[in-house]
Amino acid sequence: MDSLILRTAARIITPLQLTFSVILLLRGHNEPGGGFIGGLVAACGIALHGIAFDTPAARRLLRVPPQRLIAAGLLCAVLSGLPGLWLGQPFMTALWGGSVPTLVAGTLKFGTPLLFDTGVYLVVAGVAVLMVFTMAEDW
Amino acid sequence: MSTALLIIFLLALGAPALHRVLRGATGWAMALPVIAVTGWFATLVPAVSGGKVIVETRPWGPALGVELSFRIDGWSLVFLLLIAGIGALILIYAGSYLHGHRQAGRFFGFLLLFMGAMLGVVAADNLLLLFVFWELTSLSSYLLIGFDHERPESRAAALQALLVTGGGGLALLAGFILIGQIGGTYSLTALLGQAGAIRDHAWYVPVLLLVLAGAFTKSAQVPFHFWLPGAMAAPTPVSAYLHSATMVKAGIFLLGRLHPLLGDTDLWYQLVTGVGAATMITGALLALPQTDLKRLLAYSTVSALGTLTLLLGLGTKPAMTAAAVFMIVHSLYKGALFMVAGAVDHETGTRDVRALGGLRRVMPVTALAAGAAALSMCGFPPLLGFLGKELLYEATLEAPRAGILLTVLGVAANGIMVAVAVIVGYRPFHGGPARPAEVRHEAPPGLWIGPLLLAALGLVAGIFPALIDRPLVAAAVSAIRAGPGSVELKLWHGFNSVLLLSGITLAAGLGIAFLQGWAQTLAARLGPLARFGPERAYALALRGLTGLATAQTQLLQRGYLRGYVFITLASAVALAGVALARFGPVPLWVGFEDVRLHEIAIGVLILAAALVAASARSRLAAVAALGVVGYSVALIYALYGAPDLAVTQILVETLTLVLFVLVIVNLPQFSQLSSRRRRIFDALFSAVSGVVITLLVLKALHVEPGKRVATYFVENSLHAQGRNVVNVILVDFRALDTLGEIAVLSIAALGVLALLKLRPRPPKEDA
Repeated sequence: MDSLILRTAARIITPLQLTFSVILLLRGHNEPGGGFIGGLVAACGIALHGIAFDTPAARRLLRVPPQRLIAAGLLCAVLSGLPGLWLGQPFMTALWGGSVPTLVAGTLKFGTPLLFDTGVYLVVAGVAVLMVFTMAEDW
Repeated sequence: MSTALLIIFLLALGAPALHRVLRGATGWAMALPVIAVTGWFATLVPAVSGGKVIVETRPWGPALGVELSFRIDGWSLVFLLLIAGIGALILIYAGSYLHGHRQAGRFFGFLLLFMGAMLGVVAADNLLLLFVFWELTSLSSYLLIGFDHERPESRAAALQALLVTGGGGLALLAGFILIGQIGGTYSLTALLGQAGAIRDHAWYVPVLLLVLAGAFTKSAQVPFHFWLPGAMAAPTPVSAYLHSATMVKAGIFLLGRLHPLLGDTDLWYQLVTGVGAATMITGALLALPQTDLKRLLAYSTVSALGTLTLLLGLGTKPAMTAAAVFMIVHSLYKGALFMVAGAVDHETGTRDVRALGGLRRVMPVTALAAGAAALSMCGFPPLLGFLGKELLYEATLEAPRAGILLTVLGVAANGIMVAVAVIVGYRPFHGGPARPAEVRHEAPPGLWIGPLLLAALGLVAGIFPALIDRPLVAAAVSAIRAGPGSVELKLWHGFNSVLLLSGITLAAGLGIAFLQGWAQTLAARLGPLARFGPERAYALALRGLTGLATAQTQLLQRGYLRGYVFITLASAVALAGVALARFGPVPLWVGFEDVRLHEIAIGVLILAAALVAASARSRLAAVAALGVVGYSVALIYALYGAPDLAVTQILVETLTLVLFVLVIVNLPQFSQLSSRRRRIFDALFSAVSGVVITLLVLKALHVEPGKRVATYFVENSLHAQGRNVVNVILVDFRALDTLGEIAVLSIAALGVLALLKLRPRPPKEDA
């Protein structure tokens, strides 16, 4: 789409959306948010870039093919289940480590559920972006 | 045990990478850890033969009763040693056999995957764990049979083996679940304590039939025997390992394992012995007319598996001893003969017995290994095969019923086995000059070291049976019979009826070997009869299944979106309607007193947008109106305290809108295609759907929800380090469900990609 207004807006909004999606992911365990919503916001950001410029530009912004995001996400989710197994507990038992205070996402606690949620984030973002790209390109 | 399995599975994962570095040395290098594992199993022998049962348990899915638990008793240990020991030799062999093959790394990966799975089957204590490993052996067998995946016959054979053994696997799972229901546990160790309860239970017959279906398909018993010769499409190392020495014995293993639970009944005796005897004689008769080395061996394997099944059906102590010994004997000689057949094929380029002869002069070591293994197969003293055959006749002669018949069948089948041994192990190496004449040299060491070692083991164990009787066989027999027992094997029993039978078998076999040509002519005449065989039934069943799938796809998935929407809504309305009717009257009046103005406004907005969407004359307008509906619903979520849901709804709505617009661009102009009558029907149908869903919501308002669940989640989410209950449920409490969902989501996305991008395109006209 050839619109100067949309392009200018997208230049500002897409980075904001991507940043916000990560914040949503990180604070999700305590406040509204989480990997699913975060992933959707990220996908919207990429989609906006794709509409404002064109799909190749959005692909360049993403750097990797969306299929790889999906694969990485599934891998994160599965890996997050293994530490529990290693310690003799059932697969997917949550394990928590230290925590750091953050400015925007409250106190951030590290643990396997966060890794799992990151996996969800990547899968959801990858799936949505893949669908948008596939539909937007020549078919 | 879990450490040993971990080593094997890690090795399987790393095989392709290792092969890239080590190249030709991969087989030897990978055999080393497997030999170490075999050595570890060997160190367990003294403890296990002393009556100890080694148990190891780790939690896995405790809520489902699944544990990562292992139980090594005498019966498992024999299998563990054979699987790992022969496995190491096969790895070396495969290294030479597939030397320079493009995908050899992948092959090693599959082979090790199978090895780990098979070790798991025989060591598992939990029935469900056993089933998982069982299926994994079927799966890896599928990959190995179809290794030559560019040949359609390989793929068909692989699929056939997978479907037959997989179908049996499903029956087995059902049987295991029934056992679990009866016994209240899936642990074999615990179940063995209450064997009587299962035998006397009303479900005993279905349990037995289901378990036997699993065991018989896996071990290629009549009428499921046809997949095994087909599986010879696999590279020879696979035939030697999976389809003679190990995997096909999984069914035999299972029969022995579950004998204390399910055996010693009339039904067991009749079914297992009967099917075993039928398989023994069928396999032998079908073997005789074959001319391909591997097919000869495959059918003789079917016969041997039948013999083992027969023995396990008898259930007497001599029969169990014979089964344990014959199991070892057969793995040793058949593994060796398969490897020899592969070596001959590798050097000469043919496996047709009619084209082979005189190879002894150019391949002396291979000839030696073949000769020793064939002698063991014939049951010639002092090899272990002789002992195996003596024990077999002893067992059938003392059988509780039909002893004479079983003995006669046994002699007949074994006579043919002797003939097969002569045809496979003697003829290609002796007689006239080497045909084809261009064979100039012996096979590389990797190809003869395995068969030579296995054949030598058969000789050593035959001369010194004390090496195996007390340490291995006795413990195995006591595990199958669930009682202590001592076994002493002797090579020489004196002159008795058993020895006489052995002599008759040998003489008959040598005679039959000369009649092979006649058998081939006869088989050619009888060829058309195959259309009544079980393989034909398999083909028909497969065709029926595809036909059914096509028919129901044409019925349900016609390619029109309106059709899908109609089916989905109609099912939802029907199901919800039935449920509503059963729940009693629906209160139709709800008070409107506390409804606020902005809520009414949202309601009106939704209604108006829906009407616009339904009557719009352009697709874009309809999509925009639908978007208004979606965003308004999100507003309702936000108003009623579900911010997560509201955010999700808004985002999904946005992305859907984007996707809609992207699709609409590619669609032709909007036009009215459906008839007036059709539109009236659709309107009525929509109205009914709306009414039913409204009634459902009204009813839901008056159903008191279980408070317990909600409070449980709220209280426990803090333990789970989170205040957002929705997120805690998604990523912690029900993380496994979420994992499944994101996997489905990924597959759906790949489906979209495949449908739109990977389809064949019509050729461009302008070019």
